[in-house]
Amino acid sequence: MNKLTVSLSPHIHAGSSVARCMWNVVIAMIPALAVAIWTFGLPALWVTLISVATCLLTEWAITRFMLGRPCTLANGSALITGLLLAFNLPSILPWWMVVIGGVVAIGIAKMSFGGLGCNIWNPAIVGRVFLLISFPAAMTTWPTGVESAYDGATGASAHASTGATLLTHLNSAHGTPALSDYNFLDMAIGHMNGSLGEVGGIAILIGLVYLLLTKTITWHIPVSMLASAALFSWAFGGNPLLDLFAGGLLLGAVFMATDYVTSPMTPKGQLIYGFMIGFITIIIRRYGAYPEGVSFAILLMNSFTPLINRYCRPAIFGEKERRAMA
Amino acid sequence: MKTFRKGGIHPPEDKLTAGKPIVGIPLPAELRVMLSQCIGAPSKAVVKVGDHVSAGQMIAEAGGFVSAPVHSPVNGTVKKIEPTRTPQGIWQDSIVIIPDEENATAFTDTPRSEDEVMALTPEEIIAIVGDAGIVGLGGATFPTRVKLSVPKGKTATTVLLNGAECEPYLTCDDALMRVEADKILKGAHLIMKATGARELIVGIEENKPEAIAAMREACKSNAPARVEVLKKKYPQGGEKQLIYAITGKTVPAGALPIETGCIVDNVATAYAVYDAVYNRRNLTERIVTVTGPSLSNPGNFMVKNGTPLSALIEAAGGLPEDTGKIIAGGPMMGRAVSSLESTATKGLSGLVVLPERESHREKEGPCIRCARCVSVCPMGLEPYLFMLQAENQVWDGMAEHGVMNCIECGSCSYTCPSCRPLLDFIKLGKQELRKKK
Repeated sequence: MNKLTVSLSPHIHAGSSVARCMWNVVIAMIPALAVAIWTFGLPALWVTLISVATCLLTEWAITRFMLGRPCTLANGSALITGLLLAFNLPSILPWWMVVIGGVVAIGIAKMSFGGLGCNIWNPAIVGRVFLLISFPAAMTTWPTGVESAYDGATGASAHASTGATLLTHLNSAHGTPALSDYNFLDMAIGHMNGSLGEVGGIAILIGLVYLLLTKTITWHIPVSMLASAALFSWAFGGNPLLDLFAGGLLLGAVFMATDYVTSPMTPKGQLIYGFMIGFITIIIRRYGAYPEGVSFAILLMNSFTPLINRYCRPAIFGEKERRAMA
Repeated sequence: MKTFRKGGIHPPEDKLTAGKPIVGIPLPAELRVMLSQCIGAPSKAVVKVGDHVSAGQMIAEAGGFVSAPVHSPVNGTVKKIEPTRTPQGIWQDSIVIIPDEENATAFTDTPRSEDEVMALTPEEIIAIVGDAGIVGLGGATFPTRVKLSVPKGKTATTVLLNGAECEPYLTCDDALMRVEADKILKGAHLIMKATGARELIVGIEENKPEAIAAMREACKSNAPARVEVLKKKYPQGGEKQLIYAITGKTVPAGALPIETGCIVDNVATAYAVYDAVYNRRNLTERIVTVTGPSLSNPGNFMVKNGTPLSALIEAAGGLPEDTGKIIAGGPMMGRAVSSLESTATKGLSGLVVLPERESHREKEGPCIRCARCVSVCPMGLEPYLFMLQAENQVWDGMAEHGVMNCIECGSCSYTCPSCRPLLDFIKLGKQELRKKK
């Protein structure tokens, strides 16, 4: 007889794995990536490849040479960071800036905290914000020639070497644009200017449906975040639909705010977290110095996640009844 | 369809032996009856080496208030009183009995008539249950006598029979309900009389249609009694989960089920109560599901207390070549067996033989805070946090976060995509906290 294995219960496992969760996210990002390439052409693909390669290489080098740990690339998390970072960049960003973004995202925001599971802030967003602050011009320079959902935008930028995104026009500094100027169909399918992965609204929503169906994420964060953004957009006199589809709200709500590591653990905490991201985003868009606020809003709420976890603990079964008894 | 609200998982059922009849197995050459067969103090042997014992005779008395006597399963001779390895590999005292060559299993007791049973007072029923050595047969092995003695100031309103059998693979309760529904309910009515409860509800998960039909049919002639069909979800058979699923009541944290007026007993326990009261049979045998994907003849076997586990495996077609792990109980809460020399006890509901390829854990990774352990915990706890606390030996922190409420169902470890041994560390924390007390 073989030696019997003795271990503690349970003796069976669901068969789920971190790699499967991560690969589900990668699959969910494919439609948005396809729209990016369709809208911006091959440059979008190059930016994506450079970003992914940088992230993978950075993580491999750090685990290999600095930490002396086994390779962790197979779990797919570095790949996601690479894709997400690319999704947050203009397609015409110089290649070396993409590389810097990738190194910052993985090296500083993820590995310096201890790697997967230990980081406080979403690595891809840290990479993006680092670039946005370091190279504000390049990070807000959009390709010309892209069909724009905003008729006024094409006219306004005809003389400039670069285009503009819808959000530039929504920021209060520019006054309120006429709603008739927008073509919602173009916005929804991705015929507009912006960062790579944020333009294909419908494609992102397809990804969301996939993530929900595979139970990779729950509805709490994306729904609360989008609902709160829509609510405050309306409350501040904006057009909720415009705020949802223009800019990075959908991308943030589906792929970035839902990052396991940096979001709260309980449904209640996730609802608060999502609600606050939506609120902060709209505040920044309306009154901030930047036209876009999703990244900052997510980073801010990432910082609050430990606090939210502390105050939104699950209710212990029978605890209320115990208190009532005592 | 009802179920409990908080958490829970849906592991594959793997009920390979559903629908299989209950069959006996050949009497082994010797029985090793363990003295420690219940939660509580071990029993004390009252026979000597060389004594002849008859089937059903008490061979060890209860060793304390929370304890139960042990009886000889056969007519035979006490050969030795010596330690035998428990399935977990610990040496514990046992009484070794060599069965007689003839009529080893013949009982001499005369059953009680219906009138005699009806004349029994609650105290007499509880005494019979205690003397018969009945313990909770769902696996917890808590002495039933203690459970039936409702504490002063509390009232029992409802007897809940636990036929959920939510563990994968196990079908012993299912098999019993299919053929002995009437006796189970008669036993349950005795429990009602003993506790003063007026209501009887049998909770059965939806995946046992034959058992549901049989129990429903038997309810007609055993009023008041009804069956509540429950939506399949693990750990529905947990006492607190079952009470919530059926009655909607919540047992206060740290309190006993009687706070909700409920007495929960396994269907097999109710059957044992029937057997003890009507047939004067002390508890010396039970149904054990012996199963596993590679076994040639998995089944539900009627097993005498003290039967070597190897005899059970033989009855199920012999140990498969690819065996890597054997579990006493179900795969979620059962304990891995280290030696087949160990013997069957009152609490043994099943033996699950897993092939080598299913016997090992995957390599654990870092916690990615996916929150799945939190969402599946039926007690509303934070397993991920407990593991971090246990790794850093923050025992007080674990207590603060309610670790003692953990029912050790294993849903967290089962679900964790990083294959983290969450429950191992929770058990460690609970152990440390108990030591400190």
